[in-house]
Amino acid sequence: MTERIVAAFVPLVDCAVLVAAREHGFAAEAGLDLVLVKEPSWASLRDHLSLGHVDCAHALAPLPVALTLGVGHVHVDCVAPFVLGRGGNAVTVSKRLFEEMQGATSFTDPLETGRALAAVARRRVPPLTFGMVFPFSNHNYDLRYWLAAAGLHPDRDVRLVAIPPPLMVDSLRAGLVDGFCVGSPWNSLAVAQGLGSIVVTQSQLFPRAAEKVLALRRAFADREHFVRLLQALDAAAAWADEPANHSVLASYLARPAYLDVPEEIIAAVLGGRLRFGVGAEMHDPDYLYFHRHAANAPREADGLWAYAQMVRWGQLAPSERAEKAAANVFGSALYRASVPWASLEITAPAPPFDHVAFPPADVPAYLRQFEMQTPFAVAHSA
Amino acid sequence: MTQRPLRILIVDENAVRAAILEEGLRVAGNGADGEAPEVHHIREMANLLARIGAVDPDVILIDLENPSRDTLEQMFQVSRLARRPIAMFVDKSDSASVQAAIDAGVSAYVVDGLRKERVKSILDVTISRFHAFDRLQCELQQAKSALEDRKIVEQAKAILMRQRGCSEDDAYVLLRRTAMNQNRKIAELARSLVAAAALLRTGVEHD
Repeated sequence: MTERIVAAFVPLVDCAVLVAAREHGFAAEAGLDLVLVKEPSWASLRDHLSLGHVDCAHALAPLPVALTLGVGHVHVDCVAPFVLGRGGNAVTVSKRLFEEMQGATSFTDPLETGRALAAVARRRVPPLTFGMVFPFSNHNYDLRYWLAAAGLHPDRDVRLVAIPPPLMVDSLRAGLVDGFCVGSPWNSLAVAQGLGSIVVTQSQLFPRAAEKVLALRRAFADREHFVRLLQALDAAAAWADEPANHSVLASYLARPAYLDVPEEIIAAVLGGRLRFGVGAEMHDPDYLYFHRHAANAPREADGLWAYAQMVRWGQLAPSERAEKAAANVFGSALYRASVPWASLEITAPAPPFDHVAFPPADVPAYLRQFEMQTPFAVAHSA
Repeated sequence: MTQRPLRILIVDENAVRAAILEEGLRVAGNGADGEAPEVHHIREMANLLARIGAVDPDVILIDLENPSRDTLEQMFQVSRLARRPIAMFVDKSDSASVQAAIDAGVSAYVVDGLRKERVKSILDVTISRFHAFDRLQCELQQAKSALEDRKIVEQAKAILMRQRGCSEDDAYVLLRRTAMNQNRKIAELARSLVAAAALLRTGVEHD
């Protein structure tokens, strides 16, 4: 008998593994009727997940951590047993901002690019406004980290606003933001429409970062059908990672029910081809990927990294209990039990852009080295 | 300190739903002291924080599906000037009422310190008004389709009268009997009859 699983998603290229599982038959082969529900915002996705209106969700990696820690919302214990995609985000700036930065950087080194941005930002009154997708997102954390590395305080020197991904391009067009950090294909779409330029990618900042995960409520994680779902997703991810399948995958994702974006833009993203900076095409095969380098295996370090960023920017008071809970969200037990054949071995990724390594075993020491922070007490004083 | 009336802000692009809700809140949203709340409505999503800041509401009611919620929640997190409203979920005191709100498609943000009974009475009114709006939409839809059904049955009768040279009553009886025999609705049968007749007519014209 076919079992129904309902998954919520936000229209982004990295919902590809779920879409492939449904549209290319991997879910059906596993005896599952995988129903995909499009969400207008991350807040709406979170509410439907936490109240059990959907069985699982395509979620920002920090989202199940925030839910588990009860930050910004009610506390709901969650797990992230499968990483749906690594990488895929980028920072795009408006035409005007790009022109002002142009003399000061060649747009090849994120540190130098950041400093060029900082020089412009210090001259601007009112301050520059950047869009990101949600308070608990890599977009927020990557942007903050990158700005801080260039000497800009993300809570004082610029304004950050949360905007759902599909509305990001229009916000740039309307002049509501000077730039944004968003997932694919929205950066490429802004470039294609001549509204802005991509100046830095997530794959440059933090190579191989867990970007989207399958999130479930822990109370229901032991349901048998999730084992079959993970097996279907494993097969779908392997298929989606194969360049020969990208044109078919792009045709699924382009449909109005999913992204409703031209197929060729999606295909370029899948191939890691971006028009970057001054207009040169950049080719980074690991810009966004779904399966290789043991992509799907959750790693405790991914949860801890999100925890560390929450603490750095005052979303959360540091505690050992919270640190442990964040690591547990990315426990790999369910993944290993469901796809025991998957290899967990990886070659070490390139270091982050600032060469500051993240030591999962000593988060407090990691945090101490950053001069620029927003302590929890400061963030929560009226 | 002078006590000001409770301020409720409705953020909704749908003017009809907002009006229904506004009216309900004015009538039933009174506090224990019988004082009526002040109800404001924002329809434009641009420049939301400044607009909200100008109203300085105690309670914000917004459609669950509204994409501006991500923007709102983040603004509430970072804004240090305004009083910081929190999503109603954060207070777990009444999970049944939260569940009912989500089912109705409502999300609410409430500033700290507001009495729970007051929030609950506002939420209850909002939920029932959202449901009332849905029912209204539904009835409107039904009325529209009933009218369309009647029109299509009239057309089908006319076709039968012309083709078979029968009376209007006979045509209707024939339609009803056939529908019953085939276990279909009369309107459904009439629709296929009209469609078939249109096809045949086109065929004849092309001959």
